[in-house]
Amino acid sequence: MPERKLQYKEELFSTEDPFFTPFEIQMGPQHPSTHGVLKLRLVLEGERIVDCEPEIGFLHRGLEKLAESMSYTQVLPLTDRLDYISAMNNNTGYALAVERLLGIEPPPRGKFLRTMVCELARVASHLLWLATHALDIGAMTVFLYCFREREKILDFFEDICGARLTVSYPKIGGVRLDVEMGTLERIYDFLPEMEKRLEEYEGLLSENRIWLERTRGVGVISAEEAIAYGLTGPSLRGSGVEYDVRKHFPYDAYPDLDFEVPIGKNGDIYDRYLCRLKEMRQSLRIVKQCIEKMPSGPVCAENSPDLDMLISKRAPVAMAKGEIAFIGFPFERVNLVPFGELYSAVEGAKGELGFYIVSDGTGKPYRLHIRAPSFVHISALPKLAKGHFLADLVSIIGTLDIVMGECDR
Amino acid sequence: MKDLLSVIRDEFGKFILEVREEDLPTVIIKRDGFLEFIDFLRKEGFNHLLDLCAVDYLNYKPEKKIERFEVVYHLYSIPKRELLRVKVPIAESDCWQYSLTSFWKAANWFERECFDMFGIRFKGHPDLRRLLMPEDWEGHPLRKDYPVELPEEKEWKAYRKFKTKAKGAQ
Repeated sequence: MPERKLQYKEELFSTEDPFFTPFEIQMGPQHPSTHGVLKLRLVLEGERIVDCEPEIGFLHRGLEKLAESMSYTQVLPLTDRLDYISAMNNNTGYALAVERLLGIEPPPRGKFLRTMVCELARVASHLLWLATHALDIGAMTVFLYCFREREKILDFFEDICGARLTVSYPKIGGVRLDVEMGTLERIYDFLPEMEKRLEEYEGLLSENRIWLERTRGVGVISAEEAIAYGLTGPSLRGSGVEYDVRKHFPYDAYPDLDFEVPIGKNGDIYDRYLCRLKEMRQSLRIVKQCIEKMPSGPVCAENSPDLDMLISKRAPVAMAKGEIAFIGFPFERVNLVPFGELYSAVEGAKGELGFYIVSDGTGKPYRLHIRAPSFVHISALPKLAKGHFLADLVSIIGTLDIVMGECDR
Repeated sequence: MKDLLSVIRDEFGKFILEVREEDLPTVIIKRDGFLEFIDFLRKEGFNHLLDLCAVDYLNYKPEKKIERFEVVYHLYSIPKRELLRVKVPIAESDCWQYSLTSFWKAANWFERECFDMFGIRFKGHPDLRRLLMPEDWEGHPLRKDYPVELPEEKEWKAYRKFKTKAKGAQ
């Protein structure tokens, strides 16, 4: 292996100060508080972080390359593996991008169902974030409580589509299955209970002295810097910038729903924590409205593409019983879909999740680029970490709410 | 947005190859006038670099592209709520582009990923190394002439070494 270039080394280690004795340690990739396979090369002076360089790519599966050899419909389950904590949002984001490309409009019930499961997934994702973040800082109780509620949401997912994590429930043109009335009722009953639970978490943390000392004034990033680093989602809103894809580019059922976008002020860990907690409340509000306003009718558009991307309905072919008819070679057909390019984004649980598709008219994407929020957030980690204690680094990784599956793709 | 596009046409006319209105307003601009153009856009309020990626147009059938690669930028203006796409064609023989790291810190990793996946060099980037692939990886995976599955003799060296070692242990 070639020797890695260490740029910071010369300028840091050549100082004349005899009391300045920096040393380098490696954190990760198998470290419990790096939330996956994130590796950090740290230069420490005592306990203080002088420099920090994230190394990623341990979970790189070449999703973008893989997608180029599959049809648009086959790519959908791959998007589950991006941010595997809120797979509903990824599916919706990708389905929405392809719908916009093909000009498919999902029926209203499909839209509302999609919005509902997206918001439930957001709550589940934020619960996992709160659980691990609190555990990193030392609050074990919150960890157990949050997982208890998250389990309930995953049970709802199981009722809705049979899967808990890699759901693939939203699809191009709507959703895969209709939801039973009983499940909707159970979700509706769960909402006030969840509100109470949120109060419980806040009672444990919001005015806890240890929590305040560990989070206030740590990992501060100003609004201008947050924008320069390309942060989105709660990490940006914690700094007081009001940017939410659900409000700026409304999609699915969001234009019909009433909700607020909570923003913070100081841009530290505590503000981002408050932001996410308020966001969970808003999500519950959205789910409630979705169930109340749920229209009836079909859940998926009629012209939703098949797995092999034959968009128009197949012509009936006379054949004997049990025989399978193969008509045409779908991947070779030109002008199957309109050619051109498209950027479409949704508000994922971590931030803006964008899909950039270049189409060449065949049934396969010519290029699919995924703008993953975690990827951008990790690149801002050195800025947040410098000058803090090593112990604070753990809470800074927590506050960015990163998922390596999404970062490495 | 219409006003802005006409201003762009007037001011940067000699650099602009095409202005399109697809899903988003799209400006295709030559590399020479790129930095001034971005500077202009920043003054117009486009403060958020949402996305940066490259596309390899080798064997792209529907239209004839001028050059093989295109670097695609998505810029967003949070106060004005406008999204703009900027594209810069890059020739295979002259495979470099100006870096935006001096404007946005977010460009740092995006450009490293671009270099890793397409081999496009970014002039002015402080630390242009591979990001997702290992440092001793050969080739640039997202280029269209790079196969999805590598033949066994071309696999990554470290992996091949690991495989032979595992076979020896059996």
